[in-house]
Order: sequence, then C-alpha cells, then structure tokens
Amino acid sequence: MYLTATPKNKLKSNLVEIRIDYGYITFRIIREGPGTLNSQTESPILSLQNVRKSFGGLKAIDDVSFDVAPCRITGLIGPNGAGKTTLFNIISGFHKPDTGEIHFKGKRIDGLSLHQTFNKKLCRTFQISRELKLMTVLDNLMLVPPNQAGEKLWRTWFCPGLVRKQEIQIREKALKILQLVGLTHLKDEYAGNLSGGQKRLLELARTMMADPEMILFDEPGAGVNPSERKTLADRIRQLVQENQITVLLIGHEMELVMDICNPIIVLERGKKLTEGTPDQVRCDPRVLEVYLGGTEE
Amino acid sequence: MAGILNFLVSFAIMAAIYAIFAMALNVHWGYTGLLNFGIAGFFAVGAYTSAMFTSKMPTGTLAKYVKMAFGFDLPFLCGVLAAGIAAGIIAVLIGLLTLRLSEGYLAIATLGIAESIRLVLNNEHWLANGPQGLIGLPKPLYGLVPPAYYNYIYLIIVVIFLAIIYFALERGIRSPWGRVLRAIREDEVMASADGKNIFLFKLQSLALGAVIMGIGGALYAHYSGAIQPAVFEPLFGTFIIWTMLTLGGTGNNKGAILGAFIVWALWSWSTFLILKFVPQGFQTRAPFIRYVIIGFLLAGIMVKRPKGLIGEERTVSRF
Repeated sequence: MYLTATPKNKLKSNLVEIRIDYGYITFRIIREGPGTLNSQTESPILSLQNVRKSFGGLKAIDDVSFDVAPCRITGLIGPNGAGKTTLFNIISGFHKPDTGEIHFKGKRIDGLSLHQTFNKKLCRTFQISRELKLMTVLDNLMLVPPNQAGEKLWRTWFCPGLVRKQEIQIREKALKILQLVGLTHLKDEYAGNLSGGQKRLLELARTMMADPEMILFDEPGAGVNPSERKTLADRIRQLVQENQITVLLIGHEMELVMDICNPIIVLERGKKLTEGTPDQVRCDPRVLEVYLGGTEE
Repeated sequence: MAGILNFLVSFAIMAAIYAIFAMALNVHWGYTGLLNFGIAGFFAVGAYTSAMFTSKMPTGTLAKYVKMAFGFDLPFLCGVLAAGIAAGIIAVLIGLLTLRLSEGYLAIATLGIAESIRLVLNNEHWLANGPQGLIGLPKPLYGLVPPAYYNYIYLIIVVIFLAIIYFALERGIRSPWGRVLRAIREDEVMASADGKNIFLFKLQSLALGAVIMGIGGALYAHYSGAIQPAVFEPLFGTFIIWTMLTLGGTGNNKGAILGAFIVWALWSWSTFLILKFVPQGFQTRAPFIRYVIIGFLLAGIMVKRPKGLIGEERTVSRF
C-alpha cells in the first residue's frame, strides 16, 4: 500500500529493497541506498534550464537554471518576492514558462498542466493551505490516489465490486497515513475545521497518499507554531529517508531550512544568487546582504 | 373525495418531475459547484425531442397548420431516451465552450443559451410549430385503464424514473467519481494538484445532469400532452428548481426531492387560497403573489438555514 525501504542483509550493505505495496500488487525494487548518493555524479531528477517568466513588464523569473539531485531535500530560499512560489508554479505546470526547459526524470515537463505533472509523480503543496474545506479529512486523502477504478462513472454502476474493493484498500492506506501524521482522531472532521498546524500535517499526509517521486513543498512551516514545526521537520525528513523521495522545499524559517535542507539554492529578484551547503550559504556575504539589507553599493 | 385524490395525484406527478430536475441540478450545483442558470434550456430540449420522436408527422389539412422538422412516431421509452441523449449532447457542446469560465460567467452563459434555445423554438416555425408549440403528444400505456384513472399509471411511471435516477445518482455521488466532483466544488486548483483532470470531470457532471434534465423534460411533455416555448421561461423552467434544491438541501438528493414537493405544494396550492381571500377585482393579478411567496421563501432560507432543510451529510463517500 505504500513505500517501505529496508536494508537488505543478503545484498551488499549499501543496497536497499524498496517495496511498493498496493495491497493487491507488490513491486520490489532493489536500488542503491542513500549512503552511495553523490549529488555531483548522480544525474539530476529535476533540471531547469534558462527558465524565464514575465508577467507584463515584471520579470518574475529571469534565466534560472539549476539541478536537483535525487533523494535529497533541496532548499529554495530568498526574500519576499524573489520568485520562489512562481518557480514552483512553473515547475508544477500551473504556469507555463516563457522560455527555457524543465526536465523531470529526463523527460520534458514544461507545458504540461498541473494534473499531468502530478501524474508523473511530481506532487506539490501550497504556501497557504488549500484543503478541501467541506470534505472530511479522510475524503481529502482518499481523493488523492491516481487512476481509481471508481473515478469512471459507469464502473460505479456496473462494476461496484471492483470499486468497493479498491475503496477499502485506499481507505486503509489513508488511515495508516493519518496515524503516521497523528490525525486519526480527526478523520471524520471537516478539513476546514482543522488548525493551521493540523492543515499542514494533512497536506503532508496528502503527499504521502500520492506515492510521489518528488515533492515540491511550498513553505511547509508557514502558520505552524514552533513546537509543531519540529514535528513537521521530523516527518519530512522521515518521509524522505524511508521512501527515497526527492524534496524541493521553500522555506521562510531559516532554522527549519538550515536544519533539513542540503543543498540550498538562493533566489533573489527572479535570479539565482547562489547555491551550496547550508554553511556555505550562511557565510555567503551576498546572501547576508540580501537578507539583512546591505547598502546599495 | 375522489376530486381531492385526483388533485393529489396530479400534484404528485408534477412534484416528482420537479424532483428529478432538482436532483439533476444537485449534480451540477450541489456536488460540482457549476452555477447552471440554464436548466430551462435542457428542459426544453428534452421535452421537444421526446415530443417529436413520439409524434406522427402531421398530414392532410393539419399539415397546413402544424409544422414539424420531423416526427418519428416511436414508442414513449425511445422518446425519453432520445430526450436524454439530445440534452446530453447539447450539454457537451455548451460545456466545451463555457466550462473554462468561472462561476458567475458560467451562470450568465447558461442563462443566455437557455433563452436562445427558447427563442429559436419560438421563432423557427418549421422546427416545432413556433409559439403554438406541439399538442396531442402521445401518453404511454394510454387505454390500459379508463381515462379518468390514467394519472395513476403516469404517476407510477414517473416514480419509477425518479427511483432509478435517485439510486443511480447516489451510487455515483458516493463513489470516487463523486468525490472528485466535490473536490472540484471545494477548490479546483487543489483537485487539479491532486492529479484530476477537472475539465473532463466538469464536462461529465454537466452532461449527466443535462441527461437527467432531458429525461425530466420528456416526462413533463408526455404528462401535459402539450408544450409551448412559453413553458420554458427562466422562472418556471429554472429558478423554481433552484428554490426547490436550496430549500430542500443542496448536496443531498433526499433534500432535493423534499424541496421539490414543498415548493410545488406552495406553488400549486397557494392559487386556491389566494383566489379565496383576494377581492374580486384583483383576482386576475393574484397569481403573481406566488412569485412574491417564492421570493420570500428563498430569502428566508438563505438567512435562516443556508444549508437547506436537510443539508449535505458530513461523510458523503460511502461505497
């Protein structure tokens, strides 16, 4: 029903067995574990080349190129209005770039729409929680799995058995994930009634329902109080480590980003300012200038 | 006594036909959030299609007075089927043009299209006899019982259609398909970010609702036996159905049925009361008080019970 990654004793120590268990079918994939990852040599899972986007006269994204290495949490930071969310909108297919190319797993994805990038296993979250308010928490999650049999209307009339069987599996999966994020007691509550932090957890649960290969997190810590933020960071780290997922994360809270992201990309006024490890970024005078407001010279 | 019973039966037939429309609107508005102000358009398409599929082409002297584009003289069920299909096809065409519009614009577009359909029927005499409309439409199973009791037969037919539509919709709405529709109603962008092709689902919703409206139109046509374009004006053809759904409970098929019966009761029974209490000179104008009653009712529900008498259940997805 979902991804579990376990070290395989019989194999070499740096290999892991990944089980994708859908209840009715189980895939086993054996691949190199995180220990062997190297961002320099491993081919990027997501790659942006000279992406530009203007809104009227405003150059929101101005010639941005970068690569995201697989199975890592890459941070994307920058002051307000730097174009972080716009960049997410472009990668996820909500906006089309004016020029430039975006490749995901080696395939071009610029020009695809939001639901098409999702079906390529690239899942995004939103800066302001966009839960489905008048639907229960459970429904919010059960909606997510792609290509459900019951999404075809005629099947609900003529193959109810098939639909019912899958519903039970999806429900089980949703309940397990709810337990993982600690929202089980709220499963029948309207999603609109959750607190800010709970909505963030619901969003995280939603991404787990999707079995994505890569997640674009837009400020997962926004509106979450500091104590809950720690839990959230742990959950994201756990998600990445256990499931071999790649994350690109926008963050405003420096401690959260510096804590879980490596490398970090800094964006300023639609341009890439720098890229490096948290320490490199922290010590870069240009970054300090952007954040602390240096002189105009 | 027999008079009251006859009245109740004819009341129930119309209320049940309206309940079918209210459930169809519930698919559009209650579950998908499509602001369809053009119910009358699908109503008219269904009624005229079934009427023409089941009527004979006029011959002899009659042909001079009654013009029809075609008349196939087919059985009742074929007419109903054709009505549903025709309304569905029209809905898909309308949907391809308008479903990318946001709520308010969709409402204006559907209202305009419904009016266009009515005006075409009114002005193109060759198509379906213009403002005089079509009369003498065949009634299914007529002659099975004495004409005085025929309405009982028709009531059974309508209730069977109502039941089939009710159960088919409940199945659809409580399934993953319905869940996607409700997600679109709540937040289109989010539904899209969850990988659903929202345009395709909205088109399906519009088509399904329209098919049901077409069937409702056919049932109306064969009940009244005569249809004219004037029947399909926005108030009678669209907004009374909105009042029914809103009163009964948006997002709940039982509510839609309940609302249809209550509003139709107020609408048809208030005439008697008004005629009784209004002075002689005002009697011809009195029926218009009904519009005021409906208006007050709608305003009252919106203030006191915005979810309607029985609103949407919390857990809709149950398959």
